[in-house]
Amino acid sequence: MLAALLTLGALAALIGLLLGYAAIRFRVESDPVVDRIDALLPQTQCGQCTYAGCRPYAEAIAAGEADINQCPPGGETTIKALADLLGRDPKPLNPEHGEHKEKTVVTIDENVCIGCTLCIQACPVDAIVGAAKQMHTVIASECTGCNLCIPPCPVECIHIVPVRRDIGNWIWPTPATSGQQAASG
Amino acid sequence: MTTPTGDSKPAGVSGFSRLHRFHGGLVLESYSGMSTTQPVAAAGIPDELVIPLQQHVGEIATPLVQPGDTVLKGQMIAAPQGSVSCPVHASSSGTVTAIEPRPFPHPSGMTLQSIVIATDGRDTWQPADTSLADYRQAAPAELLEHLRNAGIVGLGGAGFPTAVKLANAASHAIDLLLINGVECEPYITCDNMLMQERAGDILEGTRILQHILRPQQVVIAIEDGMPQAEAAMREAVDASQVDNIEVVRVPEIYPSGGERQLIKVLTGREVPSKGFPADVGIVCQNVGTAAAVQQAVLEGRPLVSRIVTVTGRGVRQPRNLEALVGTPFSHLVAACGGYTHDVERLLMGGPMMGFALQNDAVPVIKTTNCILAVSHDEMPPPPPALPCIRCSRCTEVCPADLLPQQLFWYASSGNLDAAQDYNLFDCIECGCCARVCPSHIPLVQYYRHAKTEIWAQEKQKKAADIARRRHEARQERLERIKRERAERLARKKQAVAGKNGQRDTDKQAAIKAALERVKQKKAQTDVAPRNVDNLTPEQQQKIEEVERRRRKPPPAGDS
Repeated sequence: MLAALLTLGALAALIGLLLGYAAIRFRVESDPVVDRIDALLPQTQCGQCTYAGCRPYAEAIAAGEADINQCPPGGETTIKALADLLGRDPKPLNPEHGEHKEKTVVTIDENVCIGCTLCIQACPVDAIVGAAKQMHTVIASECTGCNLCIPPCPVECIHIVPVRRDIGNWIWPTPATSGQQAASG
Repeated sequence: MTTPTGDSKPAGVSGFSRLHRFHGGLVLESYSGMSTTQPVAAAGIPDELVIPLQQHVGEIATPLVQPGDTVLKGQMIAAPQGSVSCPVHASSSGTVTAIEPRPFPHPSGMTLQSIVIATDGRDTWQPADTSLADYRQAAPAELLEHLRNAGIVGLGGAGFPTAVKLANAASHAIDLLLINGVECEPYITCDNMLMQERAGDILEGTRILQHILRPQQVVIAIEDGMPQAEAAMREAVDASQVDNIEVVRVPEIYPSGGERQLIKVLTGREVPSKGFPADVGIVCQNVGTAAAVQQAVLEGRPLVSRIVTVTGRGVRQPRNLEALVGTPFSHLVAACGGYTHDVERLLMGGPMMGFALQNDAVPVIKTTNCILAVSHDEMPPPPPALPCIRCSRCTEVCPADLLPQQLFWYASSGNLDAAQDYNLFDCIECGCCARVCPSHIPLVQYYRHAKTEIWAQEKQKKAADIARRRHEARQERLERIKRERAERLARKKQAVAGKNGQRDTDKQAAIKAALERVKQKKAQTDVAPRNVDNLTPEQQQKIEEVERRRRKPPPAGDS
């Protein structure tokens, strides 16, 4: 009886120590919840959520400081994904932060651009190339459509344009309304 | 793997007397008699050819010509870009007039960058590259490169580049090469006519493919109900006296021409989900592809034309035409006597898997097997969809053994992850489920929507990941610049402070030393000036006078 108790006790202590050691030795540096929230955000880095970028917003959600409905570029899809991840109820997008729109990109009117570099400094993803007093241009494929470059432009040469649809990103339309009725039936 | 010698056939693939059955499928009325009454005719050279730069999955090709250039038939006018890409060739001689987006046959009705050629009517070929005509002496890699340069893609379906497919298969042990002549979709007869008229070419192409892949066994599969094609193929095989090519007739069940379904029928093997036929030791090629391979290797001519079935009750004289890639559909319809009065819809492909076109101003591409103009009675618009009653008839007919109604629930409710869990991507979009649905639900359209939506989301996710990395890299760079600037400033400050300190002490020391010297000198020379010693009284008086004058200020207004 005593031997059994001792054995079990010793085992428990040993495993406890092992687990404790493992917890310290293999500690995960960053908070995985933040990473998982960040992975769901659209990474436009637009700051419409009032945070400085997607990651700070993810950190704020994880810390309980921000709600899950503050991301207009992500829209319903992101809210739903966040609700699923965090086990909360989805809620409509908070209109204070803006409304969900189709993704756009910006383009620089190269005839008007004076090469002031202000937009380059504003772009969160380095999608504008140019140098002082040289023409600037937007790398359309890297532009997230955050529009942060528009306010600093002193000559208003940056314009919002819709993303060009081509065969590569074309989506089959869903069947007409009659079909959708069937879906809900 | 051993190569078979003589008539000893390897177990498992020999003797196709016992065929297997794939799950589901439908027996459909074939309507093939409509377009097989006349031989294949050349469609002629249209005034203008519009050749899209991308006619298949993969990367778009890069133009090699400019507007104003004259081109010869068969000349490569756009080069492949990336591995899954195909060059494009001029399908007739003439002058390039434009390189611009033009409508092309696609369900979206979108335009695609195309090379427009004004033909000169002479149809002058460029010199044929028959360097590999003696293909038995050529290495498979050389032949693959040749096929790639000839722009050959799978002519049966999605137009996957043939060289890529063969190269992928080369890493597997292939025991069966399957030449697919099972044209299972109603109306389409281009493969049927090709086998009837060019069986020898198909056989030669097959032997070239055989040389590349070195399979133990080759099967040419033909559907029951194509007796003339079968007879022609058998005759060609018999005449060539090769012993390991067999012609096998498979039952007429739609979609037995599907790659996976045909493999199941002939061998009983199932291609794994997300896998390829090569994973089970099989490579499947369409008969049209085999004929194109023959042309490329033996005649040195790239793929610039194909046989197109123009049929349906919407055209006056349905038939098969040999059409140059880039020929407008309207030209082919005109060659078939034009439209009838009761034409209602125009499709590319068959009635089951084809898609509707907005107009006939689109060009023939490498994958255009059929132009179907239907009348109202022939293909009435589907009645409005009703709710699903869970009758499970769709499940019974699904040749991919999926659960169509589950897929439908998930696809229509946007639950795309679940749809993928139910193997949405194994759906071959054959349309059997929608055909039997008593509620007329356009099921395939839901699946197509879900598939493209998933691809779009994956692309978005990839773009978001790139944006995150770029943002992080930028943050890091800004931090680094800030840190470096601060460090530089600190260093400078320190350097300046150090230097100043040194200078200050130097100065102080110098001043101190100078003062010291002055003091010393003063101490040494602290004597009254000697120039006023021993003065005479007159001199003394003069000095005092000067002193007095000096002390007196000058009279005002005197100057």
